[in-house]
Amino acid sequence: MQIHELTLVEATDMLERGELSAAEVINGLYDRIEAVEEKIKAFLEIDRERVLREAGTQVPVAIKDNICTRGWKTTCASRMLANFHPPYDATVVARLRRQGHAVLGKTNMDEFAMGSSTEYSAFYPTRNPWDTERVPGGSSGGSAAAVAAGEALVALGSDTGGSIRLPAAFCGVVGLKPTYGRVSRFGLVAYASSLDQIGPITRTVADCALALNWIAGHDPLDSTSLPEEAPDYRTFLRPDVKGLRVGLPREYFGEGLDSEVRDAVLAAVRQLEAGGAKVEEVSLPHTEYALAAYYLIAPAEASSNLARYDGVRYGLRAEGEDVVQLFSNTRSRGFGPEVKRRIMLGTYALSAGYYDAYYLNALRVRTLIRRDFDRVFEKVDVLACPTSPTVAFRLGEKTDDPMQMYLSDIYTVTVNLAGLPALSVPCALNSEGLPIGLQLIGPPLAEGRLLQVGYAYEEARGPFPRPRI
Amino acid sequence: MEKLSQEQVEHVARLARLALREEEKAIFAEQLGQILAYAAKIRELDLANVEPTAHVLGLTNVTRPDEVRPSLSQEEVLQNGPEVQDGYFRVPRIVEEG
Amino acid sequence: MALAGNVSKGVDLSRWEIVIGLEIHVELLTDSKVFCGCATDFGGEPNTRVCPVCLGLPGSLPVLNAKALEYAVKTGLALGCEIAPFSKFDRKNYFYPDLPKAYQISQYDLPLCRHGHLDIEVNGEKRRIGITRVHLEEETGKSLHAGTSIVDSPYTLLDYNRAGIPLVEIVTEPDLRSPEEARIFLEELKRVVEFAGVSDVKMEEGSLRCDANISVRPRGETRLGTKTEVKNMNSFRAVQRALEYEAARQVAVLESGGRIEQETRHWDEAAGVTRGMRSKEQAHDYRYFPEPDLVPIVLTPEQIEKWRQELPELPAARRERLMREYGLPPYDAEILTTSRKLADFFEEAARQFPDPKMVSNWVMGELLRLLKAEGKELDQVNVTPARLVGLLQLIRAGTISGATAKEVFEEMFRTGQEAAAIVERRGLQQISDEETIRQLVQKAIAANPEAVESYRKGKEKAIGALVGQVMRETRGKANPQLVNRLLLEALGKPGQ
Repeated sequence: MQIHELTLVEATDMLERGELSAAEVINGLYDRIEAVEEKIKAFLEIDRERVLREAGTQVPVAIKDNICTRGWKTTCASRMLANFHPPYDATVVARLRRQGHAVLGKTNMDEFAMGSSTEYSAFYPTRNPWDTERVPGGSSGGSAAAVAAGEALVALGSDTGGSIRLPAAFCGVVGLKPTYGRVSRFGLVAYASSLDQIGPITRTVADCALALNWIAGHDPLDSTSLPEEAPDYRTFLRPDVKGLRVGLPREYFGEGLDSEVRDAVLAAVRQLEAGGAKVEEVSLPHTEYALAAYYLIAPAEASSNLARYDGVRYGLRAEGEDVVQLFSNTRSRGFGPEVKRRIMLGTYALSAGYYDAYYLNALRVRTLIRRDFDRVFEKVDVLACPTSPTVAFRLGEKTDDPMQMYLSDIYTVTVNLAGLPALSVPCALNSEGLPIGLQLIGPPLAEGRLLQVGYAYEEARGPFPRPRI
Repeated sequence: MEKLSQEQVEHVARLARLALREEEKAIFAEQLGQILAYAAKIRELDLANVEPTAHVLGLTNVTRPDEVRPSLSQEEVLQNGPEVQDGYFRVPRIVEEG
Repeated sequence: MALAGNVSKGVDLSRWEIVIGLEIHVELLTDSKVFCGCATDFGGEPNTRVCPVCLGLPGSLPVLNAKALEYAVKTGLALGCEIAPFSKFDRKNYFYPDLPKAYQISQYDLPLCRHGHLDIEVNGEKRRIGITRVHLEEETGKSLHAGTSIVDSPYTLLDYNRAGIPLVEIVTEPDLRSPEEARIFLEELKRVVEFAGVSDVKMEEGSLRCDANISVRPRGETRLGTKTEVKNMNSFRAVQRALEYEAARQVAVLESGGRIEQETRHWDEAAGVTRGMRSKEQAHDYRYFPEPDLVPIVLTPEQIEKWRQELPELPAARRERLMREYGLPPYDAEILTTSRKLADFFEEAARQFPDPKMVSNWVMGELLRLLKAEGKELDQVNVTPARLVGLLQLIRAGTISGATAKEVFEEMFRTGQEAAAIVERRGLQQISDEETIRQLVQKAIAANPEAVESYRKGKEKAIGALVGQVMRETRGKANPQLVNRLLLEALGKPGQ
């Protein structure tokens, strides 16, 4: 038996039955990391000895490097925080530790979670385990690649505009972006606070339900945390979609969608239909404005969230004769080009004379997008669509063209703008052997329903292949 | 809008405390112009009577009781400080700017 | 600095009207900070009242202190404001080393309170000053400059213990018409927030700060002149002086055909001048936007009403009542309401003693004199209202004289002992026994024939020497009224 071939549920059950120890799981995963990490580069920090010392009793969890971990650096894949040691644990990390889970390592990402390919990591890009010449998606590319490559059985990512779902789709794994407020953001280094949400990346939907159980729930340290108690998400894992109303949003199947992706997603939907679901076409008319609104709101919030990196209290410090010079030099040296681009964009969108036209109007578009979803969810239980218009692209293909890179998020940002939960489940490999993701979107707090549909689909689909590395 | 002017880029960079090199300024003038042109798409919509959404949740009045909790130790506070002295963070001289 | 020092001399302000609006920041008296659980107590080693939230560490999030919200609303209620049923927080973005997140959580377009007023009396005239708004925000950290001022310091040290203390910002309408009026307004405002129980307003600890916008215009003109913003005034007195200087400076500039530049000017207390900032003036662009990490505040009429009911009596009402209930003159009422503690002290004592004016005299006189001399606050000393009443009762009963009482009070002030115990231990009881005093009077008459002689010739004052002799004999303890009466009885009417 190979540890890295177990699902999270299998490993957890074996730990509970005493057939396996936490140390064996850690060693198994670290053996795998040693074997493949050189090719994948999913991690920014690994430390077998430390993890063994803090082994706990459960499966260790790989943590995206924008989630604060006491004892591990938290760099956000930025030169700015290359040596930052948080003196506290994020709420999700504290919860995991209390339940017996060690931190397995810190995973690579686009700098400050800004990107869709993990190429904007200040340290090195992560490779897609299915084809190491391709990107794993981003920004949680390290977390998705680690799970796909068997270096971790579960990883946490964060999703602001698709940063969990897109890499999950590109890497052929399951990724869940929970309802805004379902998982505490305390300790998640903010990119765009009104959109950010932490979620699990796993190999199966059942694994995803288990991991969500560990992290979901109210947190008094996060004012935007939902007070509702989180259910036991495993109770939703029934392969039953009889009578389920599935909506196919017309706007997600239009121009720019790769035909193989389209066919694969429609085939997946037919499988749900065969299981008794009722499928109908629906419309979310303001979808075409979502990306524009997203690329105003997210950079605006980011420009404020990232202002604190000024070289005074932590992080990189460049010299300067006076404080203004010190600030400017520090920030110019510490941030990479994409981060600077978004800070510039957001600063511009908030600045005097442009606030109403850009930022405030973007918030109005957000209202329209929410209303689209409210209306549609009166008619259907879930929406099914592609996670991304294409499969994983080649390294370097889009790094010089920000607008092309932003278009990767076209099917994912709406969910963040509306605060909804969404699940990406692998549904097929294309003709080049690259994974395609099926995205399921639900109304607020419908994580259980999404997991049920995802689980039913997975049962119908059968086991998904694993990449050969 | 196709391209931001040099002055606009410099003004925004100053607001954001970014010291940009000349070639960065040129690239940003171009790219920000493109992105903003794309973003201007939202002006096609009639938004006059639409309420803006700043929060998706609908939560209100989230507060905590006025209770003192332990602070970090001075050592933890200063551990990431690039330059510290006598329990303080230290910076070079402050010039007033407007 | 050509204008420094003598600008205000020789400027005729009579043709000009001064227009002043104030922006006041008051620290609220909560136990913990506004968005985290760090303690707010003053002092302590640098950077020891700091956590991930108030240090602005990556990933940290704010949660609003319920008490800070309550106090901010109560401040607004005490100033007659309307309370917003829907309010929210915004980020004010600017870079400064003392601002940990490089934005201040504040309120922009939907403050908690607006449209209030505060009534003051200036030279016998009642004036109503409009309050534009009151909002809640967070305090910054503290910069320590190595040199004599910000500009010539080679480096600056930063302490974030104060960062995140709850602040209210109170903004007035441009209703103030003289620097004196501005000072009187601030004094009344300080009393109001102190009475409301929301702040201890210690200007020396920086818990109340004031910036001013000031402009001048020819009398009769209705448009406002160009204003300057004056900062760095560290006392009420300094506010008045700085504004007097600045008004005169503006008039001097305008009368010599110059133009006022809209700018920020710093008050230099030592030099007695305001100075413009030399750097290039660029308008601030704070890029306000709704704080995504905090949710809106929705207050019901019931909640607002409950807080209104909880507000204690405010200084103006209390002054009125002190005059009405205790028959005090306006001057006494004014002095006794300079702080809530003083007014409480007076009232507690006055309730236990039949002569309120006598209580007032002692509170305003000996008590305030000693507090000032010792540089202490009322709650730092041992005198209680009950102990003061104990002393007053001894005076009233004739047990001790007024002069002795002052001595007893001073000891009581220092030791906290009861007046009766001090009098007893030191044997300070007044001698009121007629027979004893009669003998001493006879002795004094016998020993001072000259004084007796001149008294009898009609020089009434000569009796003083005889009283003095009796008092000396008794070391001041003889009841002075009794000594007088017995002397007169013994000597008969003058001139006889």
